[in-house]
Amino acid sequence: MAKTLISIQNITKRFGNFAAVDDVSLEIAEGEFFALLGPSGCGKTTLLRMLAGLEMPTEGQILIDGQDMSRVPPNKRPVNMVFQSYAVFPHMSVKANVGYGLRIDKVAKDEIEARVREALALVKLDGLEERKPDQLSGGQRQRVALARALVKRPRVLLLDEPLSALDAKLREAMRSELAQIQEKVGVTFVMVTHDQDEALAMATRCGVMHRGVLQQVAAPSDLYEYPNNRFVADFIGSVNLFEGTLTIDEPDHAMIESEELGGPIHLDHGVTGATGATVWAALRPEKIAMAHRDEGAAAPQETNVVPGVVRHLSYLGNETLYEVEIACGRRIKVTRSNVARYEERGFSGGEPVWLSWHPRAPAVLLS
Amino acid sequence: MSSKSPPAPLDYLRRWPLRLWIAGVAFFLYAPLVTLIAFSFNESRRNIVWTGFTFDWYAQVFQDDALIEAFVNSLTIAAISTVISVILGALVAVAMWRFRFPGKPVFEGLLALPIVVPEICMGVAMLVFFSRILPWPSDLPWPLDLGAITIAHVSFSFPFVAVIVRARLLSFNRELEEAAKDLGASEWRAFMDVLVPHMRPALVAGALLAFTLSLDDFVITFFTSGPDTVTFPVKVYSMVRFSVTPEVNAASTLLILITVVLTAIGLRMQGKDIARAEGGA
Ligand SMILES: Nc1ncnc2c1ncn2[C@@H]1O[C@H](COP(=O)(O)OP(=O)(O)OP(=O)(O)O)[C@@H](O)[C@H]1O
Ligand SMILES: [Mg+2]
Repeated sequence: MAKTLISIQNITKRFGNFAAVDDVSLEIAEGEFFALLGPSGCGKTTLLRMLAGLEMPTEGQILIDGQDMSRVPPNKRPVNMVFQSYAVFPHMSVKANVGYGLRIDKVAKDEIEARVREALALVKLDGLEERKPDQLSGGQRQRVALARALVKRPRVLLLDEPLSALDAKLREAMRSELAQIQEKVGVTFVMVTHDQDEALAMATRCGVMHRGVLQQVAAPSDLYEYPNNRFVADFIGSVNLFEGTLTIDEPDHAMIESEELGGPIHLDHGVTGATGATVWAALRPEKIAMAHRDEGAAAPQETNVVPGVVRHLSYLGNETLYEVEIACGRRIKVTRSNVARYEERGFSGGEPVWLSWHPRAPAVLLS
Repeated sequence: MSSKSPPAPLDYLRRWPLRLWIAGVAFFLYAPLVTLIAFSFNESRRNIVWTGFTFDWYAQVFQDDALIEAFVNSLTIAAISTVISVILGALVAVAMWRFRFPGKPVFEGLLALPIVVPEICMGVAMLVFFSRILPWPSDLPWPLDLGAITIAHVSFSFPFVAVIVRARLLSFNRELEEAAKDLGASEWRAFMDVLVPHMRPALVAGALLAFTLSLDDFVITFFTSGPDTVTFPVKVYSMVRFSVTPEVNAASTLLILITVVLTAIGLRMQGKDIARAEGGA
């Protein structure tokens, strides 16, 4: 991995007795697109503001480029931010907004001119230099905020929910555009979001926060396939969680006895847990296969097969979400891609089915 | 549709009792002013019958040295006290908006005191203050001799500025200031580049109010002015004590004109500023 640019060491931020950020440690490498993900109020913005210097940590320290930032005010940090409200100066033209930081740095006039033009071209705002912010759309204002921060060539660009104020279509378009811009300028991006799709699609690495505590830091695919705990498994994507007891734990196979499922879950790999411990098996809806079950027919001989009845289905276009009720009354979410436009024999409500999954499909969580 | 449907709010304007009421209000509001202005062009020395149109009284106003001196005094005091009031009022408003300090509610209450205390009490208080605590020397060269009146005017106009600016600050997006700092601005630069432009409509409105308050004030000025430091309202009062001459009418008309023009300019600037600020926020 490239060299570490930001090093957050045991950062805590308290507002009164309430810890908005609780003992967070994190390293972010040069050139990364890092996303901080978490539900509303988990402390993402607070952590970002501490990086910008707008909030002082109660404990711990932040190093940027190996330099301690504790005593460095926001205007002296090699960091720029795109605010959630964009905070575009309403009384300045687009050009004046973007050039503001350079004027403060007393950059030469023609260099300002050139860099502002370059930045506006980067965010595709050329031609709107003289407009006032009230003559811009929300998406354009956001681009002004982005250009204004990037034009200063910061070491780190902080983005606080940059896409949340845009409509769905524009958000989709901006996702790939932001990723492209990041690739082009090579600046380290740290983005805050509560939209998991956004984080998974754009970031090279994600951190998941919950109640001020950093739960897991991993690449998007690892976060999805190898969650650390129930919170992460549940927060990222959709999941079926089964509580159970680890009864067998050998290097090449393991078994979880789950009352909630009404049977055992077989795994073809070991779990680093103590036998007899309570664990949770997290099973993603797309990893469950569904087959027709004829009344009276004998149960298949394989493992990881459970009988159920389809109770509800939602057609989502690209896939269909089924809710299948199993013997103990629990409903399990199963999704199937709609690979053909119609099926000879589809699944409809009330239909008896077999559910099955691969022994490597469930993620085993110890907490 | 029923013909007896209740009238829409604006329909009430079409009913004759209401129209009469509005006409009555307008009459009592504007008739005295119209009379004053009309008789400033009356040839007759007595304000009773119309005898013919003339500009003579205006000419006379411009030849009355004492009146002109009073007028210049008034404008000077208004200008100086406006500048001081706006700066002081804005700083107080920003301090109250930004900082939390012990006794803040008390301070806020005290700030509104000059607004609610009867003017006559303020006047007496100023009189006592300038005679006992801080005697203002009377032999200073102009415009320093106006110091006592100016201080008195600042003391009753800056709270108005503070209240107006304070209200405006409530709509300020703090992220704007943080953005300025994030882009490299010092505390002071961020204040000047972001907060002051946001406050501008309120500063204009406050300046306007301070200026007219100062120009108009009679009661408090009366108690603080000396024989050589007469302001326009005080001078007019002393003239009226003998008789209401067309000259007084002419002078008053000029004062009204100045006030109206200033207010119009101020309102226009404010309207533009607010339109811009709201649209872009
Ligand atoms: N200045 C403050 N004073 C007191 N509490 C605060 C302050 N700022 C934030 N908090 C609290 O800290 C917690 C975390 O706030 P933060 O803004 O970091 O959340 P967030 O993760 O960004 O949420 P969202 O997704 O809604 O923006 C919240 O519970 C909030 O109420
Ligand atoms: Mg936030």
